[in-house]
Amino acid sequence: MHSNIVHPNLKYLTPAIEELRSKIDAKLKQRFGEGYLSSTIDYDFPVFFVDRDIAIDVLEFLYYDSEFEFTFLTTMCVTHYPDKDNEEFEVMYQLHNMPNNWRIRIKTALSKESLKIRTATTLFRTANWMERQEFDFYGVQFEGHPNLKRILNMDEMNYFPMRKEYPLEDARREDKDNSFFGR
Amino acid sequence: MNASTNVQQLLDNQDYQILNLGPTHPATHGIFQNVLKMDGEIILDAESTVGYIHRAFEKIAERRPFYQIATLTDRMNYCSSPINNMGWHMTVEKLIGCEVPKRAEYLRVIIMELARITDHIVCDTVIAVDTGAMTGFLYLYQWREFIYEIYEEVCGARLTTNIGRIGGMERDFTPKAWDKLNHFLKEFPKGLKEFDTLVTRNRIFMDRVIGTGSISAERALNYGFTGPNLRAAGVDYDVRVMNPYSSYQDFEFDIPLGTSGDTYDRYMVRMEEMWQSLRIIEQAVKNMPDGAFHADLPEFYHPPKEKVYSEMEALIYHFKIVMGETEVPVGDVYHAVEGGNGELGFFLKSDGGRSPYRLHFRRPCFIYYQAYAEMIKGGMLSDAILVLSSMNVIAGELDA
Repeated sequence: MHSNIVHPNLKYLTPAIEELRSKIDAKLKQRFGEGYLSSTIDYDFPVFFVDRDIAIDVLEFLYYDSEFEFTFLTTMCVTHYPDKDNEEFEVMYQLHNMPNNWRIRIKTALSKESLKIRTATTLFRTANWMERQEFDFYGVQFEGHPNLKRILNMDEMNYFPMRKEYPLEDARREDKDNSFFGR
Repeated sequence: MNASTNVQQLLDNQDYQILNLGPTHPATHGIFQNVLKMDGEIILDAESTVGYIHRAFEKIAERRPFYQIATLTDRMNYCSSPINNMGWHMTVEKLIGCEVPKRAEYLRVIIMELARITDHIVCDTVIAVDTGAMTGFLYLYQWREFIYEIYEEVCGARLTTNIGRIGGMERDFTPKAWDKLNHFLKEFPKGLKEFDTLVTRNRIFMDRVIGTGSISAERALNYGFTGPNLRAAGVDYDVRVMNPYSSYQDFEFDIPLGTSGDTYDRYMVRMEEMWQSLRIIEQAVKNMPDGAFHADLPEFYHPPKEKVYSEMEALIYHFKIVMGETEVPVGDVYHAVEGGNGELGFFLKSDGGRSPYRLHFRRPCFIYYQAYAEMIKGGMLSDAILVLSSMNVIAGELDA
């Protein structure tokens, strides 16, 4: 038996994606200078890392720029990296230009001391519940959000359950008496 | 009715009632709570509360090996769970860079389009029920039941199917499954036609649904609408065409569009999509390629049980898969499929371990349900029920 796995990044990298990445890369460099950090390609997505202070400005720029017009927010989410110093939380926005079918991802890192970022609801109404969900899970404060309160969990909850310090039970633990669980 | 002037007139010196529509209201088909500010029958303001069946799937997924997450995806949009299953399998396949044989892709297309038909049957018949037309519902629901029988032949389950595996299908269709599928292709058009005749041009039905709960294309996009609800507003966005997956580029089908984004358009778009799904299934059955029904992917695809007992290598792989010891590449993957309700996306962040580091579901229901409060404002209470059923908000997907 042999595996038919090829290295995934080679498989999904096309000239069109690379071209899109370099075009946006040049534009962002020119417009934001220092605040724009770097770019890469992850599978079929160009990914742009930006400073937390300008993240929403970048979204706004890409929204109104006549060349790109990323006017559709596909989704956004937060990830917790407890071991990354000063960059414990990563916020990801996924934008879509439907007519050209361009999809890109914007990433920014937040520190746990200052866990806040401007809201994207000023551009996209759809960000309203998405941000509420991520606030509910991770406690990220979206400044300027019209109604930032818990959405899926109950209001009385006093912790943010998706953070990595609240692990689910490890399926491989050995100290449990299985006879109590009908196994 | 012009909503804005109406509300303005009513806002002046009136007493309002607060009405809790839900969480367990018989007319809302699921656990939805909307707190409505009412003036008689007119809704002045609304606030949606969600989360009543939140089961923390994103958290649970962080502790599960990849193949066990398929059962979580079943329980999101349970009206078309095979699409969710396939979407998840394809996400993992993209992560590991696996090529699926053509036959498996065609089998998946058949299953996914059957699932789309069930999803649309549920939505369209329930719109009819909410306008008082029970008969169409009873007749067409038989075919939903029949599709569940086809699932049963293919995977053994009916509602939460866990159909397919990472790398392909768990088994080929049985001769009985083909028989049932052929029977379905032959007889279902008659059933759908009958339903169409009963409901679509019914005067009472049309009076109830035309012009209620409409949303413009621009607003729908800003609210993140996808799927039939966005197409009803006139935007031709379909993931099957924009980012073809699972060989959808091989099939010829049309994308129906609405114009005004009202309840009738949403109903009509779904009706037409059922016909298009039938077309796709017919093409897939006709051009079904020969070959394997799964990829040669020993690190992820369970070996046949008899081999596990007789072959060393199969036993090792079986153990590795079950214990989740297989290594995967590091990276972020986003894969979207056209679910019953729109773009169902899986954002998978892998750190190379046995389970995802982070898994985020882009659940179309959750995203477009935010617009519900705005869409029902200024309308009648009974229209609000219709808007809810025509948007096809599925509680399981909404709350994940």
